[in-house]
Amino acid sequence: MSADFWNMSGYAVYVWGSFAAGLAVYLWNLIAPRLRRRATLEAIAEAQGDE
Amino acid sequence: MFAVVSADALRIRLQHDVLKSQPPRPQRLPMSWTWFHRLASPPTFFGLAQRLAPWCAGFGGALLLLAWFGGLVLAPADYQQKDAFRIIYVHVPAAALSLSLYMAMAVCGVVALIWRMKLAECVLVAIAPVGASFTALALVTGMLWGKPMWGAYWVWDARLTSELVLLFLYLGVIGLNSAFEDPRTAARACALLAIVGFVNVPIVHYSVVWWNSLHQGSTILKLGKPNISADMAWPLYAGLLGSYLWSAHAVLRRTQNELLLRERNTRWVREIAAATEPGA
Amino acid sequence: MNKRQKRMAAVAALVVGIGVAAVFGFTAFRKNMMYFYTPTDLIDHKVSDNAQLRLGGLVVAGSVHRGDGLQVDFTLADCQKSLPVRYDGILPDLFKEGQGIVATGHLQHGVFIADQVLAKHDENYMPPDLAKSLKAQGGTMHSCAPFKSAYGDSTMPAQAQAQAAHS
Repeated sequence: MSADFWNMSGYAVYVWGSFAAGLAVYLWNLIAPRLRRRATLEAIAEAQGDE
Repeated sequence: MFAVVSADALRIRLQHDVLKSQPPRPQRLPMSWTWFHRLASPPTFFGLAQRLAPWCAGFGGALLLLAWFGGLVLAPADYQQKDAFRIIYVHVPAAALSLSLYMAMAVCGVVALIWRMKLAECVLVAIAPVGASFTALALVTGMLWGKPMWGAYWVWDARLTSELVLLFLYLGVIGLNSAFEDPRTAARACALLAIVGFVNVPIVHYSVVWWNSLHQGSTILKLGKPNISADMAWPLYAGLLGSYLWSAHAVLRRTQNELLLRERNTRWVREIAAATEPGA
Repeated sequence: MNKRQKRMAAVAALVVGIGVAAVFGFTAFRKNMMYFYTPTDLIDHKVSDNAQLRLGGLVVAGSVHRGDGLQVDFTLADCQKSLPVRYDGILPDLFKEGQGIVATGHLQHGVFIADQVLAKHDENYMPPDLAKSLKAQGGTMHSCAPFKSAYGDSTMPAQAQAQAAHS
């Protein structure tokens, strides 16, 4: 089963490539807004400190 | 105490706007609309998104895990395409989102242009990168599906070409937004492009019906019974719902970022910024 | 009209204007939006030999004959007419009798000489067992309906349309 599973009836590159691309996009949509938020809040806090 | 005062002040301002902009029409604007105006106020929406976003990510993530396990392990191989058909579980949710998010963006564009609502501008700008990412995913997975099944990564048929145009429209909105110094001017330009580009949405969806194409017709959005067996269909539906929730989370978070940036000189943002530890 | 209503009218005019322009544009260039011609198109409308074009249809059951090397001859059909095709090259994995395909090439003395053959699979997904039992009832034949005439739908008789819907 395991070897068959990874082989994907010979289309492994395409199937796993698609799921890898999917994973990358889903994770990016989770992480990118989070990083942006941290940067935004830090910039605002910094600007406040300067006043 | 502060919240009560500001809410009252807001209501007074809103009533003032209503009186100023319209001749007296007593039954025209019932008081029940105040909830909508309050929702559209940046601090209220920020708080709502703060509470809603984790649920979207949590349920969405759980559904996606279930969908991918179902699609990769539990669903049987297709009679024609064997295991290559499993690409559907990434491709179809991405393609559905690419169209749905554009539709939402165009609606925000209409609201932003006509009612000059700041929140709609923020949501519009927040949707663009999320939509672009799923459009790109739909194109990439489509190519990876096309090569082994059709025999070509890319053909210039109506469906593929219009989906590529959709990606350029998203990128256009992102570029336009960053091209202007003033966020309100930028958002209005983006709104205009989003509305003009909406003509492409029905073209993408109906391209396989109106014209000849190499791309097959729609499996699930078809009148009558869907042409996919139940043990293959449920992971697809779970993946669709999960993906919508996942992208809702991303849009909520990006809208929050946009609100923070635009309202950075207001008291409520300063309080949030002061509460976050620098360098944490 | 107040300012908001004016903006509303402007947006509505924009949407309607673009919609109408799109409808006119795509009606005028309908043929250009078509990815391929069907056998009926090529037979009913004179197409000059050696003009490079695409032909789409179903591979007729029992028509596939393999020659020397990679050469293969078969017949492509839409809901009405059929045309012989000759191809010398590697076929896609999905190529088989009854399958929809799109071939790129040119017409030569009534035979379509293909340079490239792509498979056009349908939107039905099912496990092999179900496909087998459906086939026993004569159900999994691929539909000719997706092979629409590039010259308009008027050439497709109602009977063929009904058959296409059933299969």
